[in-house]
Amino acid sequence: MHLHKYEKIWLVFGTVCLIAFLSIVGVNAFAHDHTPAGGIETIDPEKVRETAPFNEPGVKKLDDDTYQAAIVASAFAYDGGQTLTVPVGKEIIFKVTSTDVVHSFTIDNTNVNMMVVPGQVTTKSYTFKEPGKYLIICNEYCGTGHHFMYTEIEVTE
Amino acid sequence: MLAAGERKLALWNMGVAYTAFLIGTLAGLLQVFIRNDQLELPAWLDYYQILTAHGVLLALIFTTFFIFAFFISGMSKSLGAFGPKVLLWNWIGFLVMLAGTILATVMIVIGEASVLYTFYAPLMANPWYYVGLALFVVGSWIMGFALVGHYMKWRKANRGELSPLFAFMTVSTIALWVIACLGVVATVLFQYIPWAFGWVDTINVELSRTLFWYFGHPLVYFWLLPAYMAWYTVVPKILGVPVFSDSLARLAFVLFILFSIPVGFHHQLMEPGISDFWKFLQVVLTFMVILPSLMTAFSMFANFERAGRKNGGKGLFGWFTKLPWKDLRFTSIFIAMAFFIPGGAGGIINASFQLNEIVHNTLWIVGHFHITVGTPVAMTFMGLTYWLIPYLTGRKFSNTMKKLGFIQIGLWAVGMLLMSTAQHILGLLGAPRRTAYSNYNGHESALEWFDGILTNHVTMAVGGSILFLSAMLLLYIVIMSAFVSPKAVEPHEFVEFPLAESDKRATPKILENWLVWIGIAFVLIIIAYAIPIAQMIQHAPPGSRGFITW
Repeated sequence: MHLHKYEKIWLVFGTVCLIAFLSIVGVNAFAHDHTPAGGIETIDPEKVRETAPFNEPGVKKLDDDTYQAAIVASAFAYDGGQTLTVPVGKEIIFKVTSTDVVHSFTIDNTNVNMMVVPGQVTTKSYTFKEPGKYLIICNEYCGTGHHFMYTEIEVTE
Repeated sequence: MLAAGERKLALWNMGVAYTAFLIGTLAGLLQVFIRNDQLELPAWLDYYQILTAHGVLLALIFTTFFIFAFFISGMSKSLGAFGPKVLLWNWIGFLVMLAGTILATVMIVIGEASVLYTFYAPLMANPWYYVGLALFVVGSWIMGFALVGHYMKWRKANRGELSPLFAFMTVSTIALWVIACLGVVATVLFQYIPWAFGWVDTINVELSRTLFWYFGHPLVYFWLLPAYMAWYTVVPKILGVPVFSDSLARLAFVLFILFSIPVGFHHQLMEPGISDFWKFLQVVLTFMVILPSLMTAFSMFANFERAGRKNGGKGLFGWFTKLPWKDLRFTSIFIAMAFFIPGGAGGIINASFQLNEIVHNTLWIVGHFHITVGTPVAMTFMGLTYWLIPYLTGRKFSNTMKKLGFIQIGLWAVGMLLMSTAQHILGLLGAPRRTAYSNYNGHESALEWFDGILTNHVTMAVGGSILFLSAMLLLYIVIMSAFVSPKAVEPHEFVEFPLAESDKRATPKILENWLVWIGIAFVLIIIAYAIPIAQMIQHAPPGSRGFITW
């Protein structure tokens, strides 16, 4: 097949870019453990309220450096216990599930952006660097009250 | 001129496309005013109902009917008149597609299907909405197979020869469409319909999402490839040069079939139920699409340079000024291509394993598809409409229409630039997509999103209003060229179908061996999907019953 000389140069350039992009993404993911929200733990969507840790939603200290925040999303609110308060500089493991439709759990000004799928538990680990009050919103359409679905998390010193 | 049967068929497809365009853009206009709290809807109408209508009517209905109008005209032009069977099956397909469209639209309008065009379970629409969608897909398959039948007949009559480039590209696009639809057909027929009619109690949500996105990503290539067809075959003719390289064009289309389907997980990077390995594998396959995209960009600019130099352009960039800027058919498509440069780059950002966290489900995504589908694809279709309708009706395309056409694409470009730039930045700041007006009870962070020079509540609305103005102007041109403009009489008054010469002497025969390419496509699909889907079925949680939350 005939390819123009400049075309060949252009394609080599493209292939090199492709390899560079993918290497950066791959090294970040698997060497630096920078992977998006996920998890393959399942749950009965009808029995969320009876299943640990969602039977007692809220923040729990696992050890000195790690906390777990269990949150139940349902139309159109989050249940994370009374108020969500976590310490700054500690690893927070978020675990979120839904009792009804698909939602999201997205913390503004962070890269916590989790899809919440009924029947599944989404997990994401995050360490807050700055104290303050962060807005949490649902950014996946879930019904008429979707744009009123939000909560707050307080990060303390 | 084409045979009367094909002209009528193509015009009917065009008519449905532009009817959907009218309702869809009106819904778009309403949205920008609801989003900035300038408009309150009556109680019987809901923001999400309008959002569903906007997505379904523009992204699915307008595009698909327009694409078939273009295919029908081009296949008849490049392979010869349709036989009675091809024509009949095209009509049957068209009517089935139309029936599905009407059924789904009625369900949206009466508020029974405010589930957006992604219809994620366990939101449960009226079962007839899913039936409507299924009929729409089946109709498109019937039309697609009828066109493939026409192509097969040509191949039989011309054994050992490569088909004309336009026909090859049409068949590639139909192949991609049929393979991609297998996912949505599987989920709608075997999951949604039995569940929505109440024959089964629950649905496997994660599986339905995966089957949807198996279809949802190649869907965008089904919109894009017809635009590429115009770029590869129509633009050179307007420029007065032959197709840059026949084999390059065919190879690019083959690569699009291979690398647009096994990549749906990059829409699901933020969700559970799929392990990191499989997500990453599909990110790698997604990135492969860089290659045919760069090949396309190369041959487009190669054509521009050749044409510009032929017209006397000197120096390194002198050719650029010698392009036929006064030709509406060219300028519209050129602007469309220019929008695709940031559009394509944004796509690579979205598909990146980690960067997706920043933009997933924010307004950035909305900005992204308005500068991919909303401009490169839609504006290419507009550029085709200017000549395709007069070509089909045998009417003149007057200088007044030409001037209006320039105003129309100018407005579209400006409106889109304003709106999509605002959306991209708002998305980076964190503003979500798919929401009606909300300031989250006056929360400080939510107010900050809209505090910028470009990112305030007015910019998007101004952009949206300009777009609507442009859409109405386009519809005026469509109606004039379809029904009102005077008929062409003199030979020079007839509008032509510009189709460039393509030299296939050096093209390897293997590029038209469908068995090989479709075979490889299925191997890639099995590698990317077999194990994760098997896990989703075996390792499934108890299913979800349906919810109507609107």
